[in-house]
Amino acid sequence: MSILVIAEHDKAQLRGATLNAVAAAQKIGGDVHVLVMGQGVQAVADQAAKLAGVGKVLLADGPALAESLAENVAAQVLAVAQGYGHIVFAATAEGKNVAPRVAAKLDVAQISDIVAVESPDTFQRPIYAGNAIATVQSADAVKVITVRTTAFDPVAAEGGQASVEAVDAVADSGLSSFVGREVAKSDRPELAGAAVVVSGGRGMGSADNFKLLEPLADKLGAALGASRAAVDAGYAPNDWQVGQTGKIVAPQLYIAVGISGAIQHLAGMKDSKVIVAINKDAEAPIFSVADYGLVGDLFQVVPELTKSL
Amino acid sequence: MKVLVPVKRVVDYNVKVRVKSDQSGVDIANVKMSMNPFDEIAVEEATRLKEKSVATEIVAVSCGIAQCQETLRTAMAIGADRSILVQTDAELQPLAVAKLLKAVVDKEQPQLVILGKQAIDDDANQTGQMLAALLDWPQATFASKVEVSGDTATVTREIDGGLETVSLKLPAIVTTDLRLNEPRYVTLPNIMKAKKKPLDTTTPEELGVDAAPRLKTLKVAEPPARSAGVMVADVAALVDKLKNEAKVI
Repeated sequence: MSILVIAEHDKAQLRGATLNAVAAAQKIGGDVHVLVMGQGVQAVADQAAKLAGVGKVLLADGPALAESLAENVAAQVLAVAQGYGHIVFAATAEGKNVAPRVAAKLDVAQISDIVAVESPDTFQRPIYAGNAIATVQSADAVKVITVRTTAFDPVAAEGGQASVEAVDAVADSGLSSFVGREVAKSDRPELAGAAVVVSGGRGMGSADNFKLLEPLADKLGAALGASRAAVDAGYAPNDWQVGQTGKIVAPQLYIAVGISGAIQHLAGMKDSKVIVAINKDAEAPIFSVADYGLVGDLFQVVPELTKSL
Repeated sequence: MKVLVPVKRVVDYNVKVRVKSDQSGVDIANVKMSMNPFDEIAVEEATRLKEKSVATEIVAVSCGIAQCQETLRTAMAIGADRSILVQTDAELQPLAVAKLLKAVVDKEQPQLVILGKQAIDDDANQTGQMLAALLDWPQATFASKVEVSGDTATVTREIDGGLETVSLKLPAIVTTDLRLNEPRYVTLPNIMKAKKKPLDTTTPEELGVDAAPRLKTLKVAEPPARSAGVMVADVAALVDKLKNEAKVI
């Protein structure tokens, strides 16, 4: 049986999450095809064709797919779904938006946010904010899956030579329309894919104080993150939030500054390779997951750390 | 306009759950249960729509065991006018819940259904999208702002890297993100009033829905534990460890 991976892109570039999703598909085993949807996205399809291990790229190019509206995108996936045993999405905002819509139309369960493939019908996924790992088996004819990207190493972006096959694009559903998008501009690495993440919590005290983390992040080439408390307090933008309800990250190095370490935050970062916690409260739960803990005032420690790097 | 708000009874978000020693699941006996936090936001949003005279009636729905009545009473204390409990002792997975909700929607004919984006127990993030698919309605997931005028809803959504605004033709499905609103505290007088509001009970059989689970849980295990870390005395020691021991900088 073939596996269909749904590609994500920003209209010009394939997103990194797609490389992780292809890697998960390869673990399932079978011929891996990639579906690229959008308007004027031939270049993205060409990138997908170069991914290592991809057998074929399907390109659906049409105006209804220009802004990734869930109704149209799900219809497009269903239009080409025939014959695939697995339909694989990255567990990003986009993948989570569309995958259940596809699953319900196929009358199958969806398996969310898998972190391991045990066999083509058995998968591991975290539940209760990552406090338990469930192993689930699907008896459905088609498995609709979203993949936790940090749990699978990305496939190589070069080396493949798949053919690109155009498929008919669906017409607009007329149910919804795109109004606008505000994308936060940043020169830093993308949070979900960064090798180093520096995160601040409520302990930062203010949005101005958050700037204290910038020189440290610059020195380390790190992405900036935040706890929910910091986001709710308005110290940092929403899309910096790391946690069960924000982004799940697993960098090489995660530096938590002024973050107590609530369950919901740990769910988003406890798979990081090395965790450093800087907090003035020696009893903070963050120290129970930190490889290196430093009890101290962040307003002294962070500048000192920046200087010594 | 009638608004339907599905709510789920889950282990309270402050509770750290324990995996049962036989790996059959997590131990939720004698654990504090509450309304799923995202669902509270959904009820609050519906209530605000009613306060703005956009919504005329709010119906809360829950699927599960008899104790879900408490969750529905909470929804009515926040602002729902009446409730429906789809009562069953069987395990319910998102697809089954979406089918049960579709049956309720077919009966109640709401113009808007507001759900939480995910439940904090199974972390599935599926039910709203599945319900939209079964009804062939438009969806706006992860909403941080909802405006309804005439027969359209304009919804700002939280996406990776920023915000996106879409316009939906009603009837429609919205799922809530954390930033949508701050749910109000329920007051004692409102809890008393909620006890008098109507709560109807039905079953999957009466709704004609096959709610059998599709996924079989083979086992539930503890996540791999992290090895105990060390405390360092100062910044110099920290930098030394990161450079020479962990080799990450």
